[in-house]
Amino acid sequence: MSATSIGSSEATAGMPPAFGIEARPAPDPTPRGWSAARIGGYAIAAIWLGVLALLLFYLVSVFSPEFMKRYGPRYLNGLWTTLLLVGISVGIGGLLSLPLALARLSAIPFLNGPALAYTTFFRGTPLIAQTFLVYYGLGALNAELKSIGLWWFFREAWYCAIFTFSLHTAAYQAEILRGAIRTVPNGQREASKAMGLSRWTTFRKIILPQALIVALRPYGNEIVLLIKASAIVAVITVYDLMGQTRFVFSRSFDFQAYLWAALLYLAIVEVLRRLWDVLEGRLTRHLKR
Amino acid sequence: MENDILPLLGFGADGWGDQLLWGAILTVSLALSTLPLGLTLGFLVALGRRSEERSLRFSATLFTTIFRGLPELLTLFLIYYGVQIGLSAALRAIGIETVVEINAFAAGMIALGLVFAAYASEVFISAFAGIADGQSEASRALGIGRLTTMRRVIMPQLFRLALPGLGNLWLILLKDTALVSVIGLSDILRQSSIAARVTQEALLFYSIACLIYLVLSLIFTLLIGQLERRFDRGLVRS
Repeated sequence: MSATSIGSSEATAGMPPAFGIEARPAPDPTPRGWSAARIGGYAIAAIWLGVLALLLFYLVSVFSPEFMKRYGPRYLNGLWTTLLLVGISVGIGGLLSLPLALARLSAIPFLNGPALAYTTFFRGTPLIAQTFLVYYGLGALNAELKSIGLWWFFREAWYCAIFTFSLHTAAYQAEILRGAIRTVPNGQREASKAMGLSRWTTFRKIILPQALIVALRPYGNEIVLLIKASAIVAVITVYDLMGQTRFVFSRSFDFQAYLWAALLYLAIVEVLRRLWDVLEGRLTRHLKR
Repeated sequence: MENDILPLLGFGADGWGDQLLWGAILTVSLALSTLPLGLTLGFLVALGRRSEERSLRFSATLFTTIFRGLPELLTLFLIYYGVQIGLSAALRAIGIETVVEINAFAAGMIALGLVFAAYASEVFISAFAGIADGQSEASRALGIGRLTTMRRVIMPQLFRLALPGLGNLWLILLKDTALVSVIGLSDILRQSSIAARVTQEALLFYSIACLIYLVLSLIFTLLIGQLERRFDRGLVRS
């Protein structure tokens, strides 16, 4: 601190005083005292650390190789089921979202209307209600479904979950894609038309790559939201991470069951967020100055 | 077909209309009672994350990391079972043997409030970024105190900027209340489930549940639009 003030006074030492005021070094920055914000901040941070330490202490104190050996594989299995469910749904939803987004962008009411209705329905109702509607609601139509040979599909909670999640995320992804396509300036389309490129080539090679870069961040958020939302499939008897956790809790009546699940979910989300940052940095490296 | 369905949805002893209506009222009241908690906490967390004090920034960031990373359903279970087990253990430690039960409404309010706060803090932070520093500097130059500056200069502008984001969060909150039915709150979804089980008309009642949520979303979308126009009325349109 003193080194900088010496430096600045040396720099101004040789100058003539302007308007008779002696040049002075800048005042030292105000020292960090015990302001109210600081005391409050330390108190809150202490409470946080206390709670975390308590949870950690609890986990360590109840840690037993017995519990791990008995239920550890279940957690890993559940984790894999969760990732599989989200992965498949995001994939199918992504495929469905492209025609949906194009229909939403279209000026033809016959295309635009149904697509709007679809996205409004899936964005306006809770995912858990949609899941119940498919699993229990369509399940009630078993006679009809049997007659058209689809009963094997809607009988399984796992297939119903994938079905609902794909349709649900397709609506959200279509909105992301629609917004992203609209950010591509019109000059791009005009230039490509002037160069004699067909509409399909323009879309595939010019518009879509630029739109996907814009959509990258919202896509990442959507996947994180879907991982979190996937916990509700536990309610329709799918043994994902949450389902296994509920099973373990019902067997052991041990609260640590939920804490381990919380740690696993936080870890997946945090890892995905980091991976996405790396991916985004890599895909947008040509845009950096 | 018509004759089968209409009595089921009627009000009174045979119909499920009144149960569904009560479910809708409960859903809306849960969301409404979560809102003040979530907004206040979210605003404080946003202030913490903007603070110059490192310990405050740390606490606020930890808060958002945790509650944005956990599934809402898991947060709900952690609060619901965690508070019951924790309080029972605490009471046992001071010599009172009792089973503590917290009500599903309260657990839902706390859990959804925490999640709402974590997301709302993001909205507030970007709203803060939309207000020029000159506003608080000018206010300071006029000798206005920090609290008054926040209350009379920053906040009125802040809420206008935060409103679209908060509106989205409100619609998400409204849908997330459906999760509380899993721990036994008699909201729209639970009432529909009961009706579906009793009448064996699952498709009908779950469709109606979705329809009620859709109608609620549309009503609130319109209301939020009105509110945004009201907040914007002082603005000169260019």
